[in-house]
Amino acid sequence: MEQDKPNRECLLDKTPQATLGKPLSRSEGLAKVTGTAPYAAEYPIADCLEGVLVTAPFARGTIDSIDKDTCLAMEGVVAVIDDERLTSRPAQGTAGEAPVQKPRQIDYFGQPFALVVAETFEQARHAAKHLEFTFTADDLSQVSFDPEGTESERQEETRQGDLAHAMAEAKHAVDARITTAGHASAAMEPHAAIAEWDGSNLTVHASLQMLNYNISEIADSLGMEEDNIRLISRYVGGGFGSKLGISQECLAASLAAMTLEKPVRVVLSRQQVFQNIMRRSETTQRLRLAAGADGALNGFGHEGLVSNLPKESFAEPILQSSQFLYSGENRLLGLDVARVHRMTAGSVRAPGEAVGMPALEVAMDMLAEETGVDPVELRLRNIPDAHPVEGTPFSSHKLAECLKQAADSFGWEAGPRKPRQRREGEWWIGTGMASAARVHNISKAKARVTLKPDGTALVETDMTDIGTGTYTILGQLAGEMLGLPREKVLVELGDTRFPRGSGSGGSWGASSVGSAVYVACQGLRRELASRAGVNEDDVSLKDGRIANGPSLVDLLDGKDLSEEGFYEPGDIDDDFVAAGFGAYFAQVRVNRFTGETRVDRMTGAFGFGRVLNQKTARSQCQGGMVWSIGVALTEALHFDPQDGHLVNCDLAEYHVPVNRDVPELDVIMVEERDPAASPIQAKGIGELGMCGGAAAIANAIYNASGARVMDFPMTPDRVLAAMP
Amino acid sequence: MPITINDTPHELPDDPRVSLLDFLRHHAGLTGTKKGCDHGQCGACTVLVNGMRINSCLSLAVMHDGDSVTTIEGLGTPDAPSALQKAFVEHDGYQCGYCTPGQICSATAMMQEIANGWPSDASDDLEGPIKPSADEIRERMSGNLCRCGAYANIVAAIAEVAAEDAQ
Repeated sequence: MEQDKPNRECLLDKTPQATLGKPLSRSEGLAKVTGTAPYAAEYPIADCLEGVLVTAPFARGTIDSIDKDTCLAMEGVVAVIDDERLTSRPAQGTAGEAPVQKPRQIDYFGQPFALVVAETFEQARHAAKHLEFTFTADDLSQVSFDPEGTESERQEETRQGDLAHAMAEAKHAVDARITTAGHASAAMEPHAAIAEWDGSNLTVHASLQMLNYNISEIADSLGMEEDNIRLISRYVGGGFGSKLGISQECLAASLAAMTLEKPVRVVLSRQQVFQNIMRRSETTQRLRLAAGADGALNGFGHEGLVSNLPKESFAEPILQSSQFLYSGENRLLGLDVARVHRMTAGSVRAPGEAVGMPALEVAMDMLAEETGVDPVELRLRNIPDAHPVEGTPFSSHKLAECLKQAADSFGWEAGPRKPRQRREGEWWIGTGMASAARVHNISKAKARVTLKPDGTALVETDMTDIGTGTYTILGQLAGEMLGLPREKVLVELGDTRFPRGSGSGGSWGASSVGSAVYVACQGLRRELASRAGVNEDDVSLKDGRIANGPSLVDLLDGKDLSEEGFYEPGDIDDDFVAAGFGAYFAQVRVNRFTGETRVDRMTGAFGFGRVLNQKTARSQCQGGMVWSIGVALTEALHFDPQDGHLVNCDLAEYHVPVNRDVPELDVIMVEERDPAASPIQAKGIGELGMCGGAAAIANAIYNASGARVMDFPMTPDRVLAAMP
Repeated sequence: MPITINDTPHELPDDPRVSLLDFLRHHAGLTGTKKGCDHGQCGACTVLVNGMRINSCLSLAVMHDGDSVTTIEGLGTPDAPSALQKAFVEHDGYQCGYCTPGQICSATAMMQEIANGWPSDASDDLEGPIKPSADEIRERMSGNLCRCGAYANIVAAIAEVAAEDAQ
């Protein structure tokens, strides 16, 4: 089905099975906790060779020659693969075509250009380290590494009214320059692939988020037909954007397997993951807010500078939610991109809002102080009735409710605020808050649902579960629609032999592929109703029977009944602005001598449409809040200004939050239905949890210690320097 | 003397470069132990050697002549999971599941360390019994990274089992 209008009458609110939304534990849980769930590199494949990538020790230039003979003479080495089709960059999310290839042309430090294949991993690693090659590196004075000071191009711009005039005339104005550091996805499972080649067909076990696009990327890179390729990703050890498109190990393993006619495994080292896979761009942002005495916005400006490699179309979309979150007649939003020779910039969890929202929400906190209006009240006063430029209505809007519920649960003391009011020993203690907003994404998707003669159901799609809960919620959805308890539904994912799903990314998986399952089940319900001689609208299915009628087993009569559901977003996009909204509150303590910040507690309230599983949705929210802590306090990619290499390319130096950095997290899910977002009235939740949360912590740091830090992350040195 | 893994003896590898982690994954076919960083930075490869938790990536297999290694597969199975494994499922103490075997191995040993009275940075006292408080668990589990951000649920799962053990 194509969705052109809101689905206000959703069957899911009438079905009696009552499994959807329940906090069921993950159906694949026991496989994960017992170590029996197979991730990409773990398929037991006989006589599998091992490949290790060799990377460039310079930022721009060419690899001139590779001494294969010496390498091949080393113990266990069977091949040095330097095929022109090796990919030199990862594919951007939803690219569906080959990323940049020509590996001998080097565009960033650490770019792979060859693969050494040996009988064992230890042999391959040793030989890769000792591979001799010659290269020509460009003069470093001619290579740009730092976006500041590099010429940039304007990527997008929205203008309305006259912001400069509004700023000059405003009773209260804030003009803030805020920077955010680059981030790495740093999924726990390094990128890995095992490729098998039978002479005409290629099978790749890989760790990927979007098989439906990835198969096209591999086919295009190899010049092959998709029909001759099979991708398998049943378990993905975290994605966060880094596995949206294929990365270098996929083609390396494939080309090696095709050349050698033996299975080949390639696993990136952690350092290679950092050096090769998508980074989130650093940003420099300018926020301009012009308000009257009551805090009502009359002017809204948000401009930013981000970076990427030449030829990449992706630009960290920091303005996405700023387009519609707050009112303000006079608007100027603009995004500039500078071309630098750092590794490819692309999607890292919540691209755009992850860093755009924290900057905006720090500026809003400054405006609250400037106007003397309570920060929660300031936001409530500036929620627009419709899109401030286009006038389009919102499909649903829970910001006000989230602000109020979270403030209440947190125990927010409303009123004008002053920093440095509470101290315990050497710690300043304070609170802060921020809004959350994230655009709603949705995509076409297919899924097949089959009723089996024994009265169980099977859901099949090449959709992935990257830890989001897809296995569990698709089973709940099908169970709800077909009147089956969750355990009677088997869900098979992550195999391109199944109908093409949406893939996992942009928080769109559950609503996209969930809608495809919904559509398939509608078809099955029609057929069951017809077989039972009941009106389709009257059919009520529960625990394997039609109410007051026959059982599914009887109706199936020994045969499978199968239906493929196809969902596609239609023109509804033009009629509504759809987004998830929320609010964060945080209490921090800041050490007056060291500038160290600890998060004492954090509350988040989120409205994201129908909740499909209370347990896994809550976990998604918590995960986002943990990332908010990372953005606020610790995470930053550091590049050497001289030669452009990533200095902190491992988990000891790139600081993701650890257990002790995370307090108890209070999550409030503001249940709602969004009929325009998807047929199942659900929106995404994987990213909303980190779309502004870092600002709640930043604003709490200010409230606690008086340090108004304008640069994320707010490391002790920065907090200390900013403390009065 | 061979190495014993989950009560089964194995011959040590000929190549001295093989880490204990790669030995488990590539030679013994026990892929439940995960490689996250290969540098002792993430804890995904945590296993028990003679009952103590270690990062198996930081240790060569040949150093474990005569040792007894317990991996996640040795703690429980889908048909007979350990109390911690069950609690991780119930409390959603994971998302993608990749760090999970390391978390559970680490937590198994950690609870014994608390029972032994070994203090941590979060302990009020260097002497005397230690309670498995949330802060103790957070501190002692901080060597096991979880990028999905399931920490609050991991603490809840471990705290529940620790409380049951205390009864």
